[in-house]
Amino acid sequence: MSERTFRIYRGMQQQGEIVAYRVEISEGMVVLDALHDIQEQQAPDLAVRWNCKAGKCGSCSAEVNGMPRLTCMTRIDELPADQPITVTPMQAFPVIKDLVTDVSSNYAANKSIPAFKPRSPDAPDGSWRFYQYEVDRAQEFKKCIECFLCQDVCHVLRSHGKHEEFIGPAFLVRVAAYETHPIDVEDRSTYVKEHGGIGYCNITKCCTEVCPEHITITDNAIIPLKERVVDRHYDPLRRLIQMVRRTG
Amino acid sequence: MGRGAEGGGVGAHTYETVQHDVLVIGAGGAGLRAAIEAKAEGASVGVVCKSLLGKAHTVMAEGGIAAALGTERAEDRWQVHFRDTMRGGRGLNDWRMAKIHAEEAPVRVHELEAWGALFDRTPDGRILQRPFGGHSYSRLAHVGDRTGLEMIRTLQDKAVHAGVDVYMECTIIRLFKDGDRMAGALGYWRATGRFVLFRAKAIVLATGGAGKAWLITSNSWEYTGDGHALALAAGADLLGMEFVQFHPTGMVWPPSVRGTLVTEGVRGEGGVLRNTQGERFMFNYLPAAWRNDYAADEAEADLWVKGDRVHNRRPPELVTRDVVARAIFREVHEGRGTPHGGVYLDIASRRDAEYIKRKLPSMYHQFRQLAGVDITRDPMEVAPTCHYMRGGVKVDPETQESTVPGLFAAGEVAAGLHGANRLGGNSLSDLVVFGQRAGWGAAQCAARVGAVPRVDSAQVEAAIREALGPFERSEGESPFVLQDELRHLMNDNVGITRTGHGLEEAIAGIARLRERLARSRVTGSRAYNPGWHTWLDLHFMLTTSEAVARGALEREESRGAQYRADCPEAVPEWQVVNVLVHLADGTMSTRPERVPEMPGDLRSMVEEAYRRV
Repeated sequence: MSERTFRIYRGMQQQGEIVAYRVEISEGMVVLDALHDIQEQQAPDLAVRWNCKAGKCGSCSAEVNGMPRLTCMTRIDELPADQPITVTPMQAFPVIKDLVTDVSSNYAANKSIPAFKPRSPDAPDGSWRFYQYEVDRAQEFKKCIECFLCQDVCHVLRSHGKHEEFIGPAFLVRVAAYETHPIDVEDRSTYVKEHGGIGYCNITKCCTEVCPEHITITDNAIIPLKERVVDRHYDPLRRLIQMVRRTG
Repeated sequence: MGRGAEGGGVGAHTYETVQHDVLVIGAGGAGLRAAIEAKAEGASVGVVCKSLLGKAHTVMAEGGIAAALGTERAEDRWQVHFRDTMRGGRGLNDWRMAKIHAEEAPVRVHELEAWGALFDRTPDGRILQRPFGGHSYSRLAHVGDRTGLEMIRTLQDKAVHAGVDVYMECTIIRLFKDGDRMAGALGYWRATGRFVLFRAKAIVLATGGAGKAWLITSNSWEYTGDGHALALAAGADLLGMEFVQFHPTGMVWPPSVRGTLVTEGVRGEGGVLRNTQGERFMFNYLPAAWRNDYAADEAEADLWVKGDRVHNRRPPELVTRDVVARAIFREVHEGRGTPHGGVYLDIASRRDAEYIKRKLPSMYHQFRQLAGVDITRDPMEVAPTCHYMRGGVKVDPETQESTVPGLFAAGEVAAGLHGANRLGGNSLSDLVVFGQRAGWGAAQCAARVGAVPRVDSAQVEAAIREALGPFERSEGESPFVLQDELRHLMNDNVGITRTGHGLEEAIAGIARLRERLARSRVTGSRAYNPGWHTWLDLHFMLTTSEAVARGALEREESRGAQYRADCPEAVPEWQVVNVLVHLADGTMSTRPERVPEMPGDLRSMVEEAYRRV
C-alpha cells in the first residue's frame, strides 16, 4: 500500500480549478478506481462517466497527465511514481462538470452519416454470402468503442473547434466501417467531402496514437477515404465525363 | 409529438414536459429493438437512457447470440433450441416465451445482418456459430468476442436513422398512472439535475438488471434494478426473482477488476477449468441426468474440440452456467482454489496464440492490460460473479405487456424465458426477439388508447420534492456508505449459496438501510452529482434486492440458480411452481404460481427433437 496524489479538475466550463486528493493505492489499481475512491471517501459529487470498467464501452475518457486515456485501462503503476497524477476532462469538448464533457457533437456527426444500405440478398432465404477476410477488414473499424479520444486529440477539433465542419477521426472510422462493409452499397464520397470535411485532416496521425482499440485510423480509414474523394471529385477524366453528362 | 416548454409545477419544482406515443426506458438491445419496431408501426417514440447512447450493458456482451440457424448441423432446428432452453431453465420457463424465442431468434439474427451487423463466417460464407454451455449444437452467431458491441451499434444507428428521439443521460425515477393505465414517467437530466415529465400512451421497460447490488459483479453503476422497482410500484408482479445468475467466470485478480466478465466463449473455444491440484474438476460435477450428453473423459472432450462433433460429446466445461458456477464455488470453498480465491481457466494449452487473439481479442487485451497475464501463454484466474437477473416483470408472452395496462417489459427486466437458469447466448436473442414484440405491443396499445392519458401534477410535484429531500438535510450519512453496505449484505447472504437464516438477515438489513437512506444526505449541487444519483438509485436497489431475498426465502429448495444450503435438494412440489412478488401499500409479499402447462402436441414435438439428437 502506498499513497498517491491526484490533481483533478473540479468545476464547470467557465469556472474550475485543480483540486488535490490523496488516495491509498492497492495492487493493479487503475485511475478510474482512484476516482471512485475519491467519490466514496472525499468528494461524493465528483462527476465521472463510466460503465463497463473493462475497456469495452468507451465512457470513462479523460486526460491523464495530459494524455487522452480510458481511465479504466490506465494502470496507476504505469504512471511516473515521482509526480502527482493529473486528471482533466477531454479538452476538445465543453465541460459539463468536473471530468464530464458535452459530447453531443459526436452524436450529431454520427447521425449525419448516410445510413447502411445493403445490396440485394445473395441467397433465396434473404441472407448474404461473404467471407471472413471481408468481415475482418470491416471489423478493424467496427471495433471502435466511441470513446472519442481520437476526437479529443485531433487538432482540428481540439485547437480550432471545427466541430460543425469536420466530423472528426471517429466518424471517418465509422464511414470506413460502412465503406468496407461487405454488403453495403451506399456511396458516401460526396458526404465525406462536403459534410464530413475530410479535407481538414492533414494526416498528423495523433488520432491513431491514442486509439485504445489500436485502430490504424489515419492509414487505414482516413487516407483511403481521401483517395476515394480525390478519385471521385478531382480526377480530370471523371470530371470531364461528369460535365458531359450534366450538359448532355 | 414532441417537446413542450410549457413547464409545470411551482417554484423550484418546475419541470419540462415531453410527449410521445411510446416511451422506452433503457437503450440496450431490448430498448432499441422495441423503439425501432414501435417507430416502424407509426408511433412517435422516445428512448430514455441513463448513460450515453451505445454504452448499455449489451455493449459488453461477448460470446454471441443464440439462434438455431442450423449452419453447422442442419439438425439444429427451433425445436432443439426450445428444448435446450426449457431444460436449462429446469422447466420453470414460460413455455410460450421459450417457443416464441426459439422460433423467432433466427429471423432476428438475419435481420441484424440486414441492418449491418457483421458476424464471423463459415468457409462457404454463411454465419459461423460457436458452441456454448447447454446448447446441443454450435448455436451462437458471434464476431470474435465483441458480439454485443456489434449488436448495439447496429441497433443504435438503425434507431437514430429511423427517427427515434433519444434522451441521453436521463434517469427515470417514477411512473404515473391515469386510473389503471400507464400515463407517464418522471426523470431528471444528469447534467443539470432538472426534471422532465414524459407523457406517453405506452411505456416499455428495458432497464436491464440489478447486479450492482452485489459486491462482486460484472455489472456497472447503471444496473440498479430500476425497472423491477418501478414495475412493482406501478402494481405489476415480479416473477422468479430468486434466480440470480452468477456467471462462472469473472476475473479475480487484481482486486480492482474482481468480478469483470470473462466470456464463456473461452470455454466455447476449448478452454478448460482446473483446480490448483491440476484436476479438470468439471467431470465430477455433471448432473447424473445429463452425464450422457457430455464427454466421458479428457480424450473424448479433446476430439470434440478439435472438430469431430458427430462421434464425440462436448466437454464438461460446457454444462449450464449454474452448475459450473457452483462447481467453482465449491472447489474454492474446499481449499482447491488459488490464493486469490479462484480456479484456473486455461486456453493457452488448447489453442495457438494467433487463434486466441483472433477469436478472443478483448479477453487477450483485458487480461494483458489489467492483470498482466498473457492468456496465450498462461491460464486465467476466475471465480463466479453476479451477472444477470433471470427474474423480472411478469409479462404476456405475445406482447410483453405486464399486468398493468400500457406497461411493457423486455429483455433482462422481463421474466419468463429463462426459468431457473439462463443459457449463455440466450440473453442477446431475448433482447431482439422480445424487444421487437414489446415495441409492436406498445405501438398497438398506443393506437388503441387515443388521447394521451393524464398525469396528476400534484403527484409529479410530490415526487420531485421527495427526490430533492437529501439536499435539505444538513447532516447524515453518504449514500456511498449505504450502497457499500448493501453490496456486502447481498454478497454474503443472497449469493450463490443461501440459507433461510441468511435471507432473513438480508431482508432485515435492507429494512434498516432503507431507514438510514431516509436520513442520509447529499452534498453539492444538482448538476451531475453522483452522490445524489446514487441516493436515488439506492431506492430501486433496496426494493429489487428485497424482492430477490423474499423470492429466495419463499423457495425452500435448491433448483437451477437457487441453491439453499439448508435445503440442498430439489423438492418435487416446487417443480412446476414459480414465486410471484407483489407490492401493495408499501408492503412486499410473495405467493406461489403454477408454471403454465405445455400442451401435449408441443411436448411430443420436443420429444421428437430429443430422438433426433
